[in-house]
Amino acid sequence: MTATQEPLQAEIGRDRRRKEDQRLITGRTRWTDNITLPGMLHLAMVRSPFAHARITNIETTAAKASTNVVAVLTGADLGEGQGVCINAWPVVTDQVTPAHVPMPSDRVAFAGETVAVVVARTAAEARDAAELVEVDYDVLPAALDLKEAALAHENGGALAHPDLGTNVSAVWRFDSAEAGTGGDVEAAIAEARANGIVIEREYRQQRLIPAFMEPRSVVVDPTGEQITVWSATQIPHILRFALAATTGVPESKIRVIAPDVGGGFGGKLQQTPEEMIAFAVARRLGKPVKFTETRSESLLTAHHGRDQWQRLTLAATKDGTVTGLKVDLLADLGAYVAIVGGGVPVLGAFMFNAIYKFPAYQFQTTNVLTNKTWTDAYRGAGRPEATYAIERLMTELAAELGVDPLEVREKNWIKHEEFPFTTVAGLEYDSGNYEAATARAKEMFGYDALRAEQAERRASGDRVQLGLGVSTFTEMCGLAPSRVLGSLNYGAGGWEHAEIRMLATGKVEVITGASAHGQGHETAFSQIVADRLGVPFEDVEVLHGDTQISHKGLDTYGSRSLVVGGEALVRAVDKVIEKAKPIAAHLLEASVDDVEFGDGRFSVRGTDQGMAITEIATAVFAAHNLPDGTEPSIDAEATFDPVNFNYPHGTHLCAVEVDTETGQVTMRKYVCCDDIGNVINPLIVAGQVHGGLVQGIAQALWEEAVYDENGTLVTGSFVDYLLPTAADTITFEVDHTTSPSTTNTLGTKGVGEAGTIASTPAVVNAVVDAVRQFGVTDIQMPCTPERVWRAINSGGSGGETTGAAAPHFDPATGMSGTVDRAEGDVQ
Amino acid sequence: MTRISLTVDGQQVSDDVEPRMLLVQYLREKLGKTGTVIGCDTSNCGACTVHLDGTSVKSCNVLAVQVDGSEVTTIEGLAGPDGALHPVQESFRECHGLQCGFCTPGMIMQTVDLLKENPSPSEEAIRLGLEGNLCRCTGYHNIVRAVQHAAGVGSAATSGEEVSA
Repeated sequence: MTATQEPLQAEIGRDRRRKEDQRLITGRTRWTDNITLPGMLHLAMVRSPFAHARITNIETTAAKASTNVVAVLTGADLGEGQGVCINAWPVVTDQVTPAHVPMPSDRVAFAGETVAVVVARTAAEARDAAELVEVDYDVLPAALDLKEAALAHENGGALAHPDLGTNVSAVWRFDSAEAGTGGDVEAAIAEARANGIVIEREYRQQRLIPAFMEPRSVVVDPTGEQITVWSATQIPHILRFALAATTGVPESKIRVIAPDVGGGFGGKLQQTPEEMIAFAVARRLGKPVKFTETRSESLLTAHHGRDQWQRLTLAATKDGTVTGLKVDLLADLGAYVAIVGGGVPVLGAFMFNAIYKFPAYQFQTTNVLTNKTWTDAYRGAGRPEATYAIERLMTELAAELGVDPLEVREKNWIKHEEFPFTTVAGLEYDSGNYEAATARAKEMFGYDALRAEQAERRASGDRVQLGLGVSTFTEMCGLAPSRVLGSLNYGAGGWEHAEIRMLATGKVEVITGASAHGQGHETAFSQIVADRLGVPFEDVEVLHGDTQISHKGLDTYGSRSLVVGGEALVRAVDKVIEKAKPIAAHLLEASVDDVEFGDGRFSVRGTDQGMAITEIATAVFAAHNLPDGTEPSIDAEATFDPVNFNYPHGTHLCAVEVDTETGQVTMRKYVCCDDIGNVINPLIVAGQVHGGLVQGIAQALWEEAVYDENGTLVTGSFVDYLLPTAADTITFEVDHTTSPSTTNTLGTKGVGEAGTIASTPAVVNAVVDAVRQFGVTDIQMPCTPERVWRAINSGGSGGETTGAAAPHFDPATGMSGTVDRAEGDVQ
Repeated sequence: MTRISLTVDGQQVSDDVEPRMLLVQYLREKLGKTGTVIGCDTSNCGACTVHLDGTSVKSCNVLAVQVDGSEVTTIEGLAGPDGALHPVQESFRECHGLQCGFCTPGMIMQTVDLLKENPSPSEEAIRLGLEGNLCRCTGYHNIVRAVQHAAGVGSAATSGEEVSA
């Protein structure tokens, strides 16, 4: 038996090596593309080369006649049976939402949209035949530039969807004076113009591509009673719901499995046209089908992220106390409103005020449709954009004041003794200690020594200048309290589900509604259950990602799996213990009141009698001797709906060297001290931080999805879209301070997005800091050598708005402002 | 169709293949060696890296007909016949050098080759040596640690409670 004779070493906090790894390092994997079924057919998509065009004819004869081709189907062939791609979050009740048919029959709205699907016995034959499908198009004007598209309804510009009459999908606004959470931002700005400091900036969040390593793949098998869908998705439960809701197939007849999934970063948080088309084709032909995208297809059609213009006005007193912040965003949704789509900028709405005590705040986003690939969640989803904006602004305020950027932050941040703190955006931050994290980060960084070196290099006119960047971030994660989601018009809840099955042999099965794709849930969740149930780590098996095993769940995104899903686990375990207790008392012939549970054992107080909970499981399996009327099961399930979001924070410090003759930026040092509450597995946490950092750094320095003037993605392969390599990156220094969250039992906070949210402004602040003496106050991301060089050499144009004297974002100045940006924008 | 005969992970195999079939397609589709994966279509990502006669190659960049008479080792053939992990496999696990694991077969195969060429690489040599293999999860930090660990030139993984020098 596995009865525990000695207290087990605590699992929580232990750097357990991952259970997942044995398979992954030996190639014993179940990626969706590995799945092969008898008689399986393969799909190839015929995609539009045009950003916006009417389909006038599709000629499929030659393709149909091609070797081993089984069918060639168009949107007209599939009709309504193909369902639709849903938007789960209409951010305003009158949101303009174009119908999104997975395979349209009349008009394409972005380059890469599927217009026909070829079904053949092999993938190669399907692709060969796809080349033979001839599609005639009438090219339409395309809405491409975000700023121009936002005004098309006023000036007759190109419309992404002509029938809608506008490209503006929604205008969503929050104002602290109206909400009663703070003062009037316009009054604060007016006061600052007269007697204080106004910092006005316009920042670009370039378009990014999540670029998970495993291309998306879907297999649909319609030959059983349930239609089984394997998909490389983050959201098997939500996908099942969407398939049922839009195709008319009963939810109970659909089983969705997310087998091994190779990364997501939000990029697989989608109900994709390809999944819908595969589902429709499999049903139509009655045969299993597979579609696996190429990398080029993935970059072209899997949803993109970010893509905003941010107009920002920060008001402060002359001593650097911020009195108000006004945010006006333009957000590019691409051709359709994706499943979260327009909600991504709204997720940022509550975070521009970040860790600070701003008395007045206003946020507005204008969500705009264009004829480009749709956008949706990408690691951080709204919060990196917010953090970037405020952390750049606070550094600009410090520069204006001539003080250290950490000093102006400290002047404005929430002090540790002020938690819980209700912010101007209406959120209650439960815990945090910005002072402690910052002190630790400074110590790790050697902040003062680097500042001294910077001063020396400036004084000596060194060709290579040193820049130091600061980012003191927080985020709201752990999505999300269902009531809050409801108040924001989101279409679902934010709870998570867990089940504990106590097997007769002493093993424990844990079922979670979270759906891992690299996070290490099997390991971390085993640690939580092992500790609480008092069973060996090795005896816990975590099952997930299959709607027939894990029947309820809301999947993995928004740093929610641990803080929401983990709490569901805790509650399910506690129910198991509660159910087992009277049975233990019965078997031990003791009063329930005298039985206590600890280290996996029920014992009778004051005696040496006891039984392991796994022994109770065996006794319940036999069910020979249970108390009268007792159900022969100690299995339990729990659904947890969080009461609040979760607020990790941290201080990130970055040093870069900038070659002033070439514009080359070299990472010198990066340290961060994150407060993510109690840590379950420090090894996994460090991995999440490292990976997050590089994705954020990559936005600052390398990555950008670029379209040409025809709406063609010109960064459509890994040759052009610059994912960083091992040679581009450095070793990081990561540490933690700990302020346990007070809104979950384990005291944990999310960590999956933290690194990405924090790092981008730290890097750009460092780059700008290195060249500020040349009059540079902004360099557009990614900070390529060309842009950095142009900023240095553009004769101080970058410095024009440092004083922020002009009342821009104002009708009087044509709403144009003065954009202190380097030349070289490739958009 | 062309007949090829070769050794894959110690096993003799022989098949008729289309002249255009890539080695990675042959491994996955004909032999069911799905441990080797395809991550891109431009030979950038390195996820499909295998050993061809003892040297690492991107198997998307080799035609199946080119490997007639050769010896190929994939991630599935790296461990010993008794299942004992190769030291590089063990070090990736020990140092948390993988998360989603999709790039891992290629990373491990490339690392084995890198260490064969240079048993005691500097951090810079490791980073340059892995430049042809993309990872989106780890930020490469713990992959570098794993290579150092396998080479016996570095400490184990840096966890949240440790600060690397």
